[in-house]
Amino acid sequence: MGMRIADYAYELKEGLAISFQAIRANKMRSVLTTLGIVIGIVSVTLMGTAIEGLSRGFNDSISKIGADVLYVQKWPWFGGEGEWWKYRNRKDIKIQQFNAVERHATLIKSATPLCGTRALVKYKGQSSEGVLTLGANDQYLETGGIFMDIGRFFNQAESDGGRPICVLGSEVAENLFPNETPLGKTIRIGTSTFRIIGVMEKQGSLLGLESLDNRIIVPIEAFFRRFGAYRGIQISVKAADIKNLDDTKEELRGILRKARHVPPTGEDDFAINQQEMFIQTFNAIGSVVAGIGLFITALSLFVGAIGIMNIMFVSVTERTKEIGIRKAIGAKRGTILLQFLVESASLSLIGGIIGIIISYPLSLLVNQILPTSMPLSVVGIAILISIIVGVVSGFLPANRASKLNPVEALRYE
Amino acid sequence: MNVINIRNISKTYVMGTEAVHALRDVTVQIDRGEYVAIMGPSGSGKSTLMNMLGCLDTPTSGLYEFNGANVSEMNDNELARIRNKEIGFVFQTFNLIPRSDALHNVELPLIYGGVNAHERKRLAAEALNHVNLGDRMHHRPNELSGGQRQRVAIARALVTKPSIILADEPTGNLDTKTGDEIMALLEELHHQGNTIILVTHEEYIAEHAHRIIRLRDGVIEKDEIVQKRVIPTVA
Repeated sequence: MGMRIADYAYELKEGLAISFQAIRANKMRSVLTTLGIVIGIVSVTLMGTAIEGLSRGFNDSISKIGADVLYVQKWPWFGGEGEWWKYRNRKDIKIQQFNAVERHATLIKSATPLCGTRALVKYKGQSSEGVLTLGANDQYLETGGIFMDIGRFFNQAESDGGRPICVLGSEVAENLFPNETPLGKTIRIGTSTFRIIGVMEKQGSLLGLESLDNRIIVPIEAFFRRFGAYRGIQISVKAADIKNLDDTKEELRGILRKARHVPPTGEDDFAINQQEMFIQTFNAIGSVVAGIGLFITALSLFVGAIGIMNIMFVSVTERTKEIGIRKAIGAKRGTILLQFLVESASLSLIGGIIGIIISYPLSLLVNQILPTSMPLSVVGIAILISIIVGVVSGFLPANRASKLNPVEALRYE
Repeated sequence: MNVINIRNISKTYVMGTEAVHALRDVTVQIDRGEYVAIMGPSGSGKSTLMNMLGCLDTPTSGLYEFNGANVSEMNDNELARIRNKEIGFVFQTFNLIPRSDALHNVELPLIYGGVNAHERKRLAAEALNHVNLGDRMHHRPNELSGGQRQRVAIARALVTKPSIILADEPTGNLDTKTGDEIMALLEELHHQGNTIILVTHEEYIAEHAHRIIRLRDGVIEKDEIVQKRVIPTVA
């Protein structure tokens, strides 16, 4: 006595109709029941959005940093907790060491010293506070992955000569020159004046935190003259071939150990940072976010599932007589089972949809911190999860309903 | 030809530690086209017999053949199919689905029978017209009077063109006048060739049938032909 596909279709349609009638008849109860699912779906979509944002922001940042660029600094980017003093007491990296690198390194494409300070920048009536002013040489164009919007970057002669010229980040340019071209204008950085020769293309921000556009680049010689030569620097090096990044790093290490007079048995008194550390840290952050998100999601979905199961048991009991009637006129066990599974799945799906609707504005909030949007795949997953939770939590009540004895069910008042 | 052939069936319930013999060794045959009343006081086993006849329950022992098929050995799904295709139930409390309108209530057995939507609507409308409720198709049960509800239930019972119509106290919740109308409708259905089994404890109602089977204490006390039938007149 096989059933045709069409029979299932009729029963499914009937099941949907019944469940929507039932849910509409108990609106308040239904909405309250789905609260756990709502919270679960909100957390799963927000987690998805946040991870999407982290990875998108990270990928952006990574491409800004450049995969083949090494940074010689006093401090390692990550790790070494509790060794603050050790790093703090290291000798500064000096321009002479950069010169050594430039002279001896064979595996590098370009290298620049970098030295920075925050300064108040003024042009006529406009001013901008806390602008990161960086001293660099002409090769920063390459190591920093800079593209020019208008004008040009300074050349080697201007760099070596320490000319009082500068290149603006797009944000600084917008702030100081809302209505006119900055090219050729003279601005005041701290107490010194610089002439603008170019504006960089917009770069965005590093993981949504530090804007890369609120900065000014000046020749490092000019920087030392205006802001003091006693400062420590860092060195950015772009490898000639990314495949030889490790060799490049080793070569750099040798040159610096020699230049900094590190004894053969001593450990490095500097750090060579690279993007890979970022990747590791990012993965760690991602796992923590995913872990917390998963825990909240699982917990609230579990609570939601129990809620739905509970209300479905109530619903089955309330409708015992109706189940009896349906059985008397020919509903099979499977028919009743399907009917209640459809109902619990619909209930849960409603929760899921409410969750998605709530998540959307929240994802816009997340977008304020991380560059992200709610991915469509997450919406799909959320819908799928809510249906699955509904079916799973509805199974026991539906099974009970399907097994009701028609005689007793009909007698139930 | 027999629609129903019951031989020596018994039904025993266990209530706590006590076995209750609801039916003992009952043998009944009902032919196609018959109009039979099953009578008896409460506790006589008439409800149990009705549940057996309606394939809602299976006997503890004995044979039940429905149109030649052995019901006593059927599983749940096969019983559901027999109920769906071969039996039309009319209950004392109407037993309509409260949230569905009359048309949908009548369509329901066809949905479970796998009839397509277009055919379903046509048959259900036809059945409702048959019971003079063509103008109440989209009313819900709570918008209908008791008599109208019972007529919807009868339409639902008729719509699958079943082998038997099983009416359990169909007038029990109705006033006399409305009850008479329902009995007139059953009379009409009988005239059109339907097999009707009426379960009641009222002598007056039972006398509408051609034959009365009287039960007492789980056994058939009497199986008699009605001499002076009550012929209801349609108002």
